[in-house]
Order: sequence, then structure tokens, then C-alpha cells
Amino acid sequence: MQIKCYINGRLFNEDIEPDMLLIDFLRNLGFTSVKRGCDTANCGLCTVVVNEKAVLSCSVLAASINEKHITTLEGLEDEAKIIGELIANEGADQCGFCSPGFLMNVITMKKELENPTDEEIKHYLSGNLCRCTGYMGQLRAIKKYLELGKDGE
Amino acid sequence: MFSLKEYISVKSLEEAYGLLNQNKNNVILGGLLWLKMGNKNYNKGIDLSQLGLDTITETESEVEIGCMATLRQIETSQIINNYFDGILGKSVKNIVGVQFRNCATVGGSVYSRFGFSDILTALLALDSYVELYKGGIIPLEQFVAMPIKKDILIKIIIKKDGCRASYKSHRIASTDFPVLAVCVSRCSASWKVAIGARPNKATLAINAAKLLSQNPTKDDIGAACVEALNEVKFGTNLRGSAEYRSQLAKVLVRRGVEDICK
Amino acid sequence: MKVVNKGINKLDSMSLVTGKPVYTDDIAPKNCLTVKILRSPHAYAKILNIKTETAIKVSGIECILTYKDVPQTRFTNAGQSYPEPSPYDRLILDEYVRYVGDPVAIVAGIDEKSVQKALKMIKVEYEVLKPILDMEEAIDNNTVIHTEDDYTVNFDIGNDVKRNICCSGGFESGNVDEEFEKCDVIVDEVYHTKANNQAMMETFRTYTHFDYNGRLNVISSTQIPFHVRRIVATALDIPKSQVRVIKPRIGGGFGAKQTAVSEVFPAIVTMKTGKPAKIIFDRYETFSAGTSRHEMKMKVKIGADKEGNIKAISMYTLSNTGAYGEHGPTTVGLSGHKTMPLYNKANAFKFNFDVVYTNTMAAGAFRGYGATQGIFALESAINELAAKLDMDPIVLKQKNLLEEGEVLTAYHDEHLQSCTLNNCINRGKELIKWDEKYPYRRISDSKVRSVGMAIAMQGSGIAGIDIASVQIKLNDDGFYTLLIGATDMGTGCDTILAQMAAECLECDMDKIVVNGVDTDQSPYDTGSYASSTTYVTGMAVVKACEKLKEQMLEEASKIMKVEKDTLEFDGKIIYNKDNSITIDRLAQELVVGDGNCLMASGSHSSPYSPPPFMAGFVEIELDIETGNIDIIDYIGVVDCGTPINPKLAKIQVEGGIAQGIGMAMYEDITYNTSGKMKNNSFMQYKIPSRLDVGNIIVEFETSYEPTGPFGAKSIGELVINTPSPTIANAVFNATGVNIRNLPITSEKILMEMMKK
Repeated sequence: MQIKCYINGRLFNEDIEPDMLLIDFLRNLGFTSVKRGCDTANCGLCTVVVNEKAVLSCSVLAASINEKHITTLEGLEDEAKIIGELIANEGADQCGFCSPGFLMNVITMKKELENPTDEEIKHYLSGNLCRCTGYMGQLRAIKKYLELGKDGE
Repeated sequence: MFSLKEYISVKSLEEAYGLLNQNKNNVILGGLLWLKMGNKNYNKGIDLSQLGLDTITETESEVEIGCMATLRQIETSQIINNYFDGILGKSVKNIVGVQFRNCATVGGSVYSRFGFSDILTALLALDSYVELYKGGIIPLEQFVAMPIKKDILIKIIIKKDGCRASYKSHRIASTDFPVLAVCVSRCSASWKVAIGARPNKATLAINAAKLLSQNPTKDDIGAACVEALNEVKFGTNLRGSAEYRSQLAKVLVRRGVEDICK
Repeated sequence: MKVVNKGINKLDSMSLVTGKPVYTDDIAPKNCLTVKILRSPHAYAKILNIKTETAIKVSGIECILTYKDVPQTRFTNAGQSYPEPSPYDRLILDEYVRYVGDPVAIVAGIDEKSVQKALKMIKVEYEVLKPILDMEEAIDNNTVIHTEDDYTVNFDIGNDVKRNICCSGGFESGNVDEEFEKCDVIVDEVYHTKANNQAMMETFRTYTHFDYNGRLNVISSTQIPFHVRRIVATALDIPKSQVRVIKPRIGGGFGAKQTAVSEVFPAIVTMKTGKPAKIIFDRYETFSAGTSRHEMKMKVKIGADKEGNIKAISMYTLSNTGAYGEHGPTTVGLSGHKTMPLYNKANAFKFNFDVVYTNTMAAGAFRGYGATQGIFALESAINELAAKLDMDPIVLKQKNLLEEGEVLTAYHDEHLQSCTLNNCINRGKELIKWDEKYPYRRISDSKVRSVGMAIAMQGSGIAGIDIASVQIKLNDDGFYTLLIGATDMGTGCDTILAQMAAECLECDMDKIVVNGVDTDQSPYDTGSYASSTTYVTGMAVVKACEKLKEQMLEEASKIMKVEKDTLEFDGKIIYNKDNSITIDRLAQELVVGDGNCLMASGSHSSPYSPPPFMAGFVEIELDIETGNIDIIDYIGVVDCGTPINPKLAKIQVEGGIAQGIGMAMYEDITYNTSGKMKNNSFMQYKIPSRLDVGNIIVEFETSYEPTGPFGAKSIGELVINTPSPTIANAVFNATGVNIRNLPITSEKILMEMMKK
């Protein structure tokens, strides 16, 4: 079947199988920041934004994104560098495999939550698993990221 | 791996219902979270997302949740959080993560009647109804007991009734399925006690609720907890034994009632 | 020190965090055949017949292989130095399947759909055999798991395969029985640790192709490229010279990728078809057809006098290696040798063990590698001893603690040259406010807050076995290329080794280029495991850099026409009181005409494996009506010698503690009665989320290890060892209940409390 969608602002007209998952659709088009970490929608590695909402691309049919706007980390390079550097400054990049999905959710969180507490941050990001860092370094980095721009930076 | 021969975004419920009953391998697509984990070969996948069924609205006496509303919508809805001490939002808060709850639909959760369902447990303790395309409006309690028939769950209706409620679950890890879920409500003088993740699907402890007066004494509460263990069956799975679940039920029911009485 | 002991960002960090295509599947060519495995539904069975005729006709299928199509040379998948201690008990595909998930057939085709379709069409007839699922029933069972007559071991490991014993052995120093008789207090208990999954975020994956020289190229997410080269060559029965292994960036390992789990499958497909092939394990397979931590039951006996002087310790470990012996003979030793030395003052030590086969998934390497299991047992027993003596466990431990300068009787008589463990305990005690909080405080009708603690050790590399070599080249612009065979799996070893090179060569980090591993180009390294990289490969870096510096001085002296020993090197210039030459000029001159392209190599192996140490402390909140535990604070104070990169070291500690919390509280691979794994997904096997780990606080108590580079010891594995005994101790302090069987679930706590 034929679908039309916008990925990172660019129009795509693609012929797909009706049961193709969004994660495979995106990876096949070269958006390889989108990672598969599980088969049960538990890890958060494949997080992308569809029409402003962070979703698991492993659990969305490509067929259903017709006419929609999808954002992957490839489309947020500047923001990714800012957060990425803060994470790297904490040494919390480690293997990096969970990073793209994590960053997608962090960026969505920043838009959605105002001045979140540590608990609210942890709660919002709890669907993003990481096996390397123990999460503390990520938290330190994210708190710094949320502070950015607050005092006119 | 599941497969799907055709994807159809329907224009009306009538069309959806027609397609659904055309072939036994046609299916309504909810959040896809469960469907894609199976190995079934489906014929037509019916997407309801163009039908505007993802809204949460209220009338004077009821709250209505469209079947395509996501668990995340429930969690963040002002309307829903205004009622029942915010327990509906609270009940879904620990389900995996925000991205998961952005995908999972309430229709999918309730229609499937999963044993571990937090939201089903919470809804069951309230005065809740489901509206089915063919089956009409029926009490949730009755729906839960029915065998799964091919119909379309259009919305969930909850009577406001000024109910107070409390939702408790015990989880081994924060974002895991509950080992046990308990929801207690008091609407005027009458109580409901719903117990889910037993690990079987949620059920009401009817006799236990009857033992509770509007302002129950410690003894009343104790008696109700004992009664709940008598009338509700618990089982064993990976997350806990029947014995442990019944211990948890005793504690969580008591805490739920005490919360409301505070 | 200018570069070492500084928190420098990882060299590859920006490409990792911004999602660049740097992992195996991101760089695999699109034309790779998709490879999938048909797996056994039975825990133990003999294949009587496999019908592939209809499956092979599925459009797009390129090849289907069964046990009849693979080389009959047994091998081990364990990534260990040759001759491996692990038995040669595997074939790529075998006539017998020994656990649910054991490969039965390999299918390759042009896409996922055709392969899935073909998999369903293969018909297999099995003779189902009675499996052994409980390790305590393995020895002398009527069922024998390895009956093949070509089963071999490389040397004496106490193997008795007909009795299902993969390995056995022991050691005694002093006479424990005599000492126990003199003791006033004895603790004698059995502790049970479970199989856990490493659960790295990137599942197993490999792609293979023939290069222009007709050699098999294996691009794989692995910790052990050089061992993979040998394993693949052995399994395929081809010369090692025909195999090249490349390791891209990898999405975590934790020991899982110290076993060659996925490599042989696409490799044999490429061999048979001549085409590029790729296998991506899904998460189910990664859980149920990889390797786990060895389940262990440890009987610990400790005796002490009334004053709390520990006289003797004996341990017996029964370890479950599953269906295959990968890492079985090697992990078990750590349960005794990397635990008992903590209490080196005892007069006698005894340690015995059996490692047995069962029809469950093979066990393998997982961070901590046996020490983690042993530390839970020994530290729990010590904490129980403290309770029996009515002593604060900290007092008991400090009284009996090993000290710098001692010879460690239970640790191969190694001389302990660096140890600040006592300071670690003191600092941790202060940070958690032990004296205020021990043992517990009631905070409401149903909630109690308590504290617990444990100490741990590990090693740094495998003494006398691990070897690493590096090469460093001076390039024409005065920058250096550091070639290493050590495998960065996210931990940052590329960066850490570059820091050491920069320190030696007195230059900035941006002057050092590090290359990942390619067995055709990188110098040999046993790989990243056994906490060896910083300690062993680090020393190789130091040696190579010192050599290169000498060469540069030599060449400079020729150009400057002065005596070499008048010259000084400061990283930017080489000079004496009269003259100087910049490094970049020297480099330029050396790559022209009669110059001399400089390259130095260093190789290192250590006769020692100096233990790093850690003290772990926890404060928990325990719900006495449900048994629920919340972690409030977890404090880890670590002696890893001198940290090369304190920032990365800190993350190692935080990550290890979080992983240890998962092991302590819920991670538990479980099988049903027919041997099928029940929790083979992140839905059923929970690893900690960021809501589950509390607040983790990490500090270092630096020591200086004279045999390590810049005083460094290891850190990677040690840090997973304390949470299980620490949390068990806190539970005891809150409730008086000892949980000796991991994981420490709310159910076990409540049920034990109810028995009291």
C-alpha cells in the first residue's frame, strides 16, 4: 500500500506492506538512530515522535502514519548535540545504544513538563531502560539541560 | 511474528463492524502493543482512529472515555483527575512508560480484559459501563464476566455520583505488572472493592463491601478484609503465590478503605 | 598528572549520543541474507528426522542447514585464551538438543518474511529424553547430558562428564576442622544465587561476508574479537588465517558477549552460499539462547571466638553451567578465591566445588563472574555471624579485615600491595550515617527504615593468562595512532587507554587517535573481560609509549647531531640546553627520504591480579505488612587504585550498583517444569528502571597499585558485588529475617516474617 508522511520535515511517498512496523519503515529509510531493544514494548529504545507525541515505533503500524509528521533524532541534531554533550560530560553516554530513544523522550518531556521535580523526571523517563549507567549520570545531565535557557542562556 | 494482509482506516463504526464480522481473522486495531507480540495471521486490520473516538468528555452525571483515548490521556486528563480522587490516572501511571501509554488505548485494555489490568481494576470499583456497537450499554461488571465476543467497544461511561476512591497496587519493580491491584470506592453509603491481578482478571468482592458501613469501624474493616479473602480466589504465577496475594489483598483492601475514611 | 586521573569525555561520545550509525546493524550492507534459527522446543531430545524439502522451496530461501551439514569438530563458545578451560562440548548444530532453545536448523533467505515462513515449514521428529532441570539432581543422574564420544577437555579440570560433572576441585590451607572445634560461634548456612541475564541493550548480532581476498569477514558485537577468530575458524574447520573479525561500537556486553553466541551462524551461511549474511537475535532469543550468570548454591561455614576473631572459613559451591560448559570451570573459582581473602586473618580456609550440567540454557560470563555469587554467600554469613555475636557487622569486619602488605592465603598467596578497604568502610559508614541509623528506625505503623552493608573484592585481569599488546605510531604531523586489541563496549577503554598514552607522551588527548578492533590490523589482546583492560592493556600502553619516546629521542639525536642522553622530551619539543626540535617537525622529517617511520609496540601480562575493593551501604524503607522494599540511598565507596578517568569510573560504579540491585531484588531466570524459560523478555524479566534504584552515591578511596598503570586497578566487575548481601543485611536489620535465597522479594520477606 502507498503512504505519504513527513519525516523530520521531509516528504516521503512510500510503498509498504500493511503489517510493516514504523521502526522497520524508519530504519529501512536510513533513520538508523531508531533502535530495537526488545519485542515487548518495554525498553523505549525505539522512541520517536509522531505528531508531537513520543511513541514506541515498534508498536505503531507504518500504515497508520499516513499524513502524519514523524521526528527521529536525525531531525533534532542541534538539540541532540546539546543534551548529548551534557550526558557525555557526566560520562553517562556509555554504550550509547539507548541514547536516541532516551533523548527523544527527554526532548518531549521538556516541552510537556514545567519545572519537574527529580521524581517527576524519573517517572516521565521510566520507560527508557538503560543497563549501563545506573541512571544517576543521566539524571544529572537532564537537570542541567532543563536549566538551560532559564536565565536567558 | 504477526502478519496483516490489509490495513483499513474506516470512515464509520458501521463500516468497522461490517468488516469485523466479514472474516474471523479481521481485527480491530487498538494500540498494537499486544497484537504485534502474537503470532497470528490477520486478514484485515481495522483502524478506528479517524472516527474521533479518542476524546474524554463529561456530562452532568457522567464521564465518558472514547475507546481510542490513550492511557496517557487518562493520566493527564483534567476531567478524569477531578473525580474519584484521581485514581484512574493514578492506576495507569506505573504502566511501563509514557511512550507505551501514548500508544495503549483504553478500549484495547478494557476489551481484552487482561488479568493484570490496572485500569480494569480501577474502573470496576466505580459505577462504570461500556458502550458496545452491537451490545449497547452494559455495566462493566457484566462485560468483564462475558465471554469475549466480536463487537466494538466504543466508549466507557462512568457515573460521577460523588464517589470517593482509593487505588493501591503492589509491584515487584516499579514499571512491572502488579502482583496485586486493589481499588476501593465509596459512593454515598455503598462500597465497592475490586481486586485485580489475582493474577486472574479483576473481580468485585461483593460480600466484603457489604460489611462496610458509611464510616466503618476498625472491626468492620477487619471483617471485610477477611471476607474478601473468602470470596475472591487467588492464584500463583511468576510474580507471586496465591498465599502472598491473599496477604497483600488483606493489607491493600484495609489501606484502601482507611484512605477513603480519612 | 595532566591527563590521567581526569574526567575526560569519551572519544566516541558524540556519535553515540546523537544516534550516528556506528553499531553492527547500522553498518551491515542491505544485501545481507537474513539468518534465523529454528530452536528446540524440548529440554533434551535426539533429532530423529528433519524434513526441510518444502521449506527450501519457499521463495527467497537460500539455504537451510541441519546437523548433517555442519563440520563435526567440537569447540567451546567461551571467549577464553587457548587452551580454554571450558570443555569442547558444542557443534554448530548437533544431533542432540540439550535445552529449550538449542539450535536445530539454520535458515537463510532474502528477507525476514521468507525466512519466517520457511522456519514454520521445517518438520522435525524428536525422541524426547528426560531432562535434568534441578542442579542438585545432576550428579549421577540416570540422564547423562553429554554422551558424545568426541567430548574433550583441554586439561585436567576435574571433569567427569558421565556423571554430569563439568568440573570439580578444591583447596585447603590450614586445617578448618581443627579450627572450627576451637570456635565459640559457628555460622553454617546455604546461600542460593540465581541465573541472571546480562540484558545489554543491544542484542547479539553479527554479519559476515567474503572480502576481495576471499577471506571470511565477521563483523560482530563482541567483547572478544581475537577469540572469535579462533572459535569461528575451529567451528568451521578452516584456517584462522581465513578469518577476519571487526568490532564496531557495541551496545553493552556485561560478559554476554564474552561468548561467541551469534557469530557461527551467519559465518556458516556465508561459507555455504558465498553471500553476505546477517543474524540479529531478538530479545527472546537473547534471553533464552545466550548465556546467563551461573546459578550457585554455596554452603558457607565460618567460625569465630567470642571476641569475634574469625578462625576459619570453609565454602562448598555447586554451580549450574546449564547445557554447555562455557565459563563453567572458571567462574566457580571466584566464588571462593575472590571472597574469603577479605578475611585473610583467619587461620584456615577450605574451598570445594562441583560444576554440573543441566538441561537449561548454558551459563556464561556476567559481570562479577562467580565472585558476585560468592560475595552474597560469604558476606551474608559474616553478617549472620555478627548477629550471633551481637556485634555491629562493621566492627566484626574491621576486626578481621585483610590489610595492605599481607600475603593472601586464599588468593593464590598473592602479596596485597594496595588496599584502602578500611577507609572505604569508614567513609561509607559516615555517608550513610550508620551510627544514627543502625540497625533500624520505625517511621510509621507499617514502615521501617534500616541500613545494611557488605564489602567486596574482585581481581584485575587473569594473572599469568591475560595478555595485551598495543602499537603506537608517530604520524607525520606529530600526532599518534594508538592501535589496541582491547574492546570498548561502552565502558570507555578506548578513551582511558588514550589518556594513558597522552600522559606518557605528554600531549593533549586530541593528538591521540584510537582505532577500534580489527583482527587484521589490531595487535593481539585477549579481549575486554575479567576486569583486565585498564590494568593489563594499560600497562602495554605505558610500555609502548616509553619505547616510542626512546625512539623519538634517538631519531632527534641523529637529526640534531647530539648525544641522545643530553635530550629531554616535553611532549611538544625535544631539547637540550643548546637546541631543540618540535615533535611535529621531527615527525615530518622522519617520513621523508632516509627518515625512519616510528612505531613501537608493547605487550603485557601480569603475574598478579591485584584486587580492587568496595564497601556498599544501603538504607531501605521496608513495609512490614507487604514486605515491600524501597531503596532510599545506596552508597558505594571504592578502592580501584588510582582511577584513570574518575568520571567514567563513577558511572561504572553507579551502573554496577543498579545492576546489582536488580539481581538482589527481582532478576531471576525461571523455567517451567518442562524446561522452557518463563521470563524471556523485558516484560517478564524486569531490570531496574530509573524508579527502582533510589539515590546512588559514589566515592573513591584512592590507593596506588605499584603493578598497575599509574597505580590503577580494575573497577568494572567489582561494583556489582555488594547490593545482594547489603540489601539482605538491611532486611535482617529491619525484620530479623535472613533471606538466603535470591532474589530478595517482598514475598519472601513477608512469608519469613510471618513464620516468626
